[in-house]
Amino acid sequence: MRILVVEDDLEAQRYLVNGLKEAGHVVDDAADGETGLTLALSRPYDVAIVDRMLPKMDGLRVVAEMREHGNATPVLFLSALTEVDERVKGLKAGGDDYLTKPYAFVELLARIDALMRRRSPSSVKTRLQVGDLELDLLTRAAKRNGTAIELQPREFRLLEYLMRHAGQVVTRTMLLESVWEYHFDPQTNVIDVHISRLRAKIDKGFELPLLHTVRGAGYMIRAHA
Amino acid sequence: MRTLNIFRTQAFRIVFVYVMVFALSVSALLGFTYWNTERALDEQTDQIIGAEIAGLSEQYQRLGLRGLADVVMSRSANGGPGLYLLLDRAKQPIAGNLDGMPQNVSRRGVEIEFDYERRVEGNLQRRRARGRLFQLMGGFELLVAQDVHERYLTEQLFSTTLPWTVVMMLILGMVGGGLMSRNILRRLDLINRTAADIIAGDMSRRVPVTSAHDEFDALAESLNRMLDRIQRLMQGVREVTDSVAHDLRTPLTRLRNRLEDTLRHLDPSDAHAAEIEAMMRETDQIITTFNALLLIAEADSGVMRGAISRLDLAPVADDMAELYAPLAEENGVTLEIKPAGSTVIEGNRSLISQALANLIDNAIKYTPRGGHIAVSTAMTPLGAELTVADTGPGIPPEQRSHVLERFVRLETSRNSPGTGLGLALVAAVARLHGAELHLDDNAPGLKATIRFPRRAPRKAAQPEPALLAASV
Repeated sequence: MRILVVEDDLEAQRYLVNGLKEAGHVVDDAADGETGLTLALSRPYDVAIVDRMLPKMDGLRVVAEMREHGNATPVLFLSALTEVDERVKGLKAGGDDYLTKPYAFVELLARIDALMRRRSPSSVKTRLQVGDLELDLLTRAAKRNGTAIELQPREFRLLEYLMRHAGQVVTRTMLLESVWEYHFDPQTNVIDVHISRLRAKIDKGFELPLLHTVRGAGYMIRAHA
Repeated sequence: MRTLNIFRTQAFRIVFVYVMVFALSVSALLGFTYWNTERALDEQTDQIIGAEIAGLSEQYQRLGLRGLADVVMSRSANGGPGLYLLLDRAKQPIAGNLDGMPQNVSRRGVEIEFDYERRVEGNLQRRRARGRLFQLMGGFELLVAQDVHERYLTEQLFSTTLPWTVVMMLILGMVGGGLMSRNILRRLDLINRTAADIIAGDMSRRVPVTSAHDEFDALAESLNRMLDRIQRLMQGVREVTDSVAHDLRTPLTRLRNRLEDTLRHLDPSDAHAAEIEAMMRETDQIITTFNALLLIAEADSGVMRGAISRLDLAPVADDMAELYAPLAEENGVTLEIKPAGSTVIEGNRSLISQALANLIDNAIKYTPRGGHIAVSTAMTPLGAELTVADTGPGIPPEQRSHVLERFVRLETSRNSPGTGLGLALVAAVARLHGAELHLDDNAPGLKATIRFPRRAPRKAAQPEPALLAASV
């Protein structure tokens, strides 16, 4: 995947670029807003990672200009600003996701994967399937190996999110943001308890577990071990 | 802010007392002057009467009844203010200018006062007289009196006008006082409004200074100087916070990146891997504490930078209780949400959710197995309330305000994980909304309530515009 990194802190940029390259991505970098915008408009990228505050041209402006030029590359904002409405500003400017510094690299990777996945037209699906687990989005019914599974509305949304990102790492923060729509760190791992309940419902009694814990990162639902 | 009722203001009270004291003194002074004048006039009249009686009784002794009657007749004829009446033993008039012994006599010590009729310029007039009845030897009586009608009229006039004067004085005094206090109140109100705007977050407001250079202007200038200073201090704190945020975040990001990077390059079986993971957890803890501190600092700066919207607390509580219910169950505690009608406030959903999460998190942490936690929302006469009540050990009353401070943790909770900022953060979020965090005894346990003001903080800060319209 081709990724554009626009970040003015050179050390942060180096780690970001190295990490992404090691994860198997092709990375271009820019250290200021103008260069970033030129690159974004001249080459096709799968994802752009843009720092919120940049020299020459502010990160918000860069993304707003990209959108004005009809460029739909998914954008992940990085920001040192924690104020509660900074996220809203970023998303309003045309950003697709927002990550506050300092962040965990696994968190960043997981979010980039999710952003790239979003581009494929899988969102029109009415049925999701992982191994022998099926989820009908219209009747809101879950089945494993033909056996119906009773799910609470929130459990359904949790499973739906995991299955939409099947084979990808989904972090606790991503779940909290997408399934519960909260944008803060609840400190205690409340999400883990929800996951273990869901796991009890979909994996208990089956030989092959589908819902896996990815150490130090989050969770992943996948058909093969 | 309370609506200023002019009758309840200090200015009006002062004016009222002044007017009352003034009216009383003036009435007393007028009354005394009147009484004194009347007494002097009466004394003068009595002296004349006394002299006449002495003269007439001398005439009686010298000339007998005949002579006295002659003198009385001649004196009666001269038409002056003197009145005379000589009576025989059967009380029949012998001589004098009165027709007979007057009716309606009122005693005033030795003297008597009575009404009589007299022809003045052809008209019969009822007039007032003052005199003395004198017993002559041989059973005769002599009444000598003076016409005091002028004095009587003055007295009448005085006693009818004095109450009116006092009433007029009270009315005029009150109106004048009202106008004066209205003026004072207007100036005070300006200061009040400015203060309210500043409390609502507009730190740029200043008390207007007039060209009068009076005490109020001096007060306004002092207040403005104080406000300038507070603003400079707040800006200083804000700048420090912002630069600390920036200067610490960058190295923290790098530190975390390096640790993560190192961990990625290590073989999972490497003995250092666990060590590095522990270091990363420590780093994350620093970051969490740091973020909470920044949020508290932001809240304490008093200006909400986040978005505020109309927000129903009931679904917020529902959602949060739903998020935490499994965790509570895992800890052997029941988490119950007490449903209430809509409880709408003006606030920031994310911050209030975070505050509520902290409260529920604390409750779960400290409530022993078999305990109970109730999350409830309510609209009370005091305002909207968001309450988390548990059956844990609670907090001793003397330590309740203490635990709201930063980094304060009770001895009993030292061993459980946490930053020591949980309740401080809740209190900061409450302050940011113009709300208050109350910690009460749930008997047993802790009852934490965020009480939001009845109206939105910004709106509540606007005083009534028609503040003084109903006065005077």
